[in-house]
Amino acid sequence: MKFRFSSLLVGLVLAVVQLALAQTSALRLPRTIEAGSKFSIQSSGSGKGILYIVGPGQVLRRNIQLGETTFFAPGDLPNAGHYLAVLVKESSTDTGAFDITAASQPATLSFLAKPSRLPVDLHDGISGVVYIFDTFHNLVLQPTQVSFQLSGVAGAGQIQTVTSHDGIAWTKMNSGAKEGAAQFIARTGNVSGIRMIQQVPGDPCSLRINARLSSQPSSGQRLKLETDPVRDCSGNAVPDGTIVTFTESYNGGESTVDVPVKQGVARTEMPAYNGARISVATGVVMGNEIRWGKE
Amino acid sequence: MALTAMSVLASDQPAVRIEPTNSVGPRPLEKQTETAVIRDYLESWSSLSSALEQNRADLLDADFVGTAKEKLAATVQEQTKLGIQTRYRDTSHDLQLVFYSPEGLSIQLLDTVEYDLQVLDHDKLQTTQHIRARYVAVLTPTEVRWKVRLFQAKPAE
Repeated sequence: MKFRFSSLLVGLVLAVVQLALAQTSALRLPRTIEAGSKFSIQSSGSGKGILYIVGPGQVLRRNIQLGETTFFAPGDLPNAGHYLAVLVKESSTDTGAFDITAASQPATLSFLAKPSRLPVDLHDGISGVVYIFDTFHNLVLQPTQVSFQLSGVAGAGQIQTVTSHDGIAWTKMNSGAKEGAAQFIARTGNVSGIRMIQQVPGDPCSLRINARLSSQPSSGQRLKLETDPVRDCSGNAVPDGTIVTFTESYNGGESTVDVPVKQGVARTEMPAYNGARISVATGVVMGNEIRWGKE
Repeated sequence: MALTAMSVLASDQPAVRIEPTNSVGPRPLEKQTETAVIRDYLESWSSLSSALEQNRADLLDADFVGTAKEKLAATVQEQTKLGIQTRYRDTSHDLQLVFYSPEGLSIQLLDTVEYDLQVLDHDKLQTTQHIRARYVAVLTPTEVRWKVRLFQAKPAE
C-alpha cells in the first residue's frame, strides 16, 4: 500500500514537472502536439490579452480573454516545428514553448531510385532513398519501417526492410540476372512508391567465330565469318549494335573489320588467304582464333 | 565529445561547431562538399532572418527551395497580414551531417541551434526570447549552391 502510494506520488510529481517545462505561471500549454490536431492553451488572470504563436513555419495571433481556454481547431497549426507561445497582457508578458510533431502516419513518400537503366548482375547497382512525409508534408522523424522490393523479372525478387532515421530510409540492391524492366517498390504502411528500373545485358562474356568459304566466287575466294550468338555472363543476348572486331593477319599484314551485332550475331566476309589467322574481339573479350588453309 | 570549432569570424557571427562525420550513409562525403553545404546552410539562416524580419519572401530565393521555401514564404505572408515581424538572430550552431544520398542529390544535417527571437507587432517589441532547438535540414544542389529543401525543428528527445 505504501509502495503504491509512493509510486502514485512520484508519477504525479513527474507529470507536474513535465507540464511545467512547457508553461509559465500564466500559460498552460501542451509540450508536444501532432501536426494538424486541435489543441488548447489555458491562460490565467483576468482581462484581455494577445496570444502569439510564433515559429519559422507559422505565425498565429489571437485576442483572448485571460483566465479562459483558447482553442485551436484541427488544421490551425499544420507545420511541424518548435513554437514560442507569447501572451502579452496589459502589464506583463508570459511565454512558453512547445513542439508540433509530424503526424505519425505517413501520407506520402518521396522515392528516389537510381539509376533508371543499368546492366544485369551488378552488385549494389541500384539505390533507393525514401523521404517520409505526413499529410502536411512534414518529415516524419519517428523511426518507421520501410520495405524496398525489386521484382518483375524472372527469379525471386529481393526484399529489404529498413528503419528510417530522421525521416529517411535508404537501401542498395543488386540488379537481377535477367534483362528486362523491374519494379522497384518502396512501401511503408499503406503508402508506396514505384519506379521502373530497366536492366540491360552486361558486356559480352565470351565470343566464338566460325568460318566457311563463300558460295559466291565473284571476286576471288572469300570467307564468310559468323559469331555464335553473343551473350553476357548471365546468358542475355547483348544488344544489337554492339561492335565486334574481326582481324585477319596474313603475310605480315593485318586488316580489321568492325561489325555491329544484328539479331545477336555478327557476320562479315574477309579474303580467304591460305594460312591467314582470323581473330575476333568485342570490348575486353577476345574470342577464338581461326587459321585458314595451310601455310 | 570531439567537436571541432570551425569559425567564430566576428562577434555578430554565430559560433559554429561541426561534429566529425565518420559516415554519412551510402556515399562518401568530400571535404569540399561538406564545406559548401555548411557554408550554404549557415547563409540560409541569414536569409531566413532577413525574410522574416522584413516580411519579404523574395529574400528566401537564394537559399531555399521546395517545401522549405513554400512554408517560410507562407509565414512571411501570415506575418504581413497580421502586422507581425520576427527577428531571428542565431548565436550558435552545433552541426552534424548525417546523410548523403547515393546519387549525391541530397544531404541531411542536424543542427542544435541557439537563437534570440524577437516578436514585434506593428513595430512594437512584444518579447525577446533565447531559444535552443534542434533542426533537421535537407539540402539539395542547384546550379551554383546548395539550397535548403526541408527545414524542420525536431522535438527534444
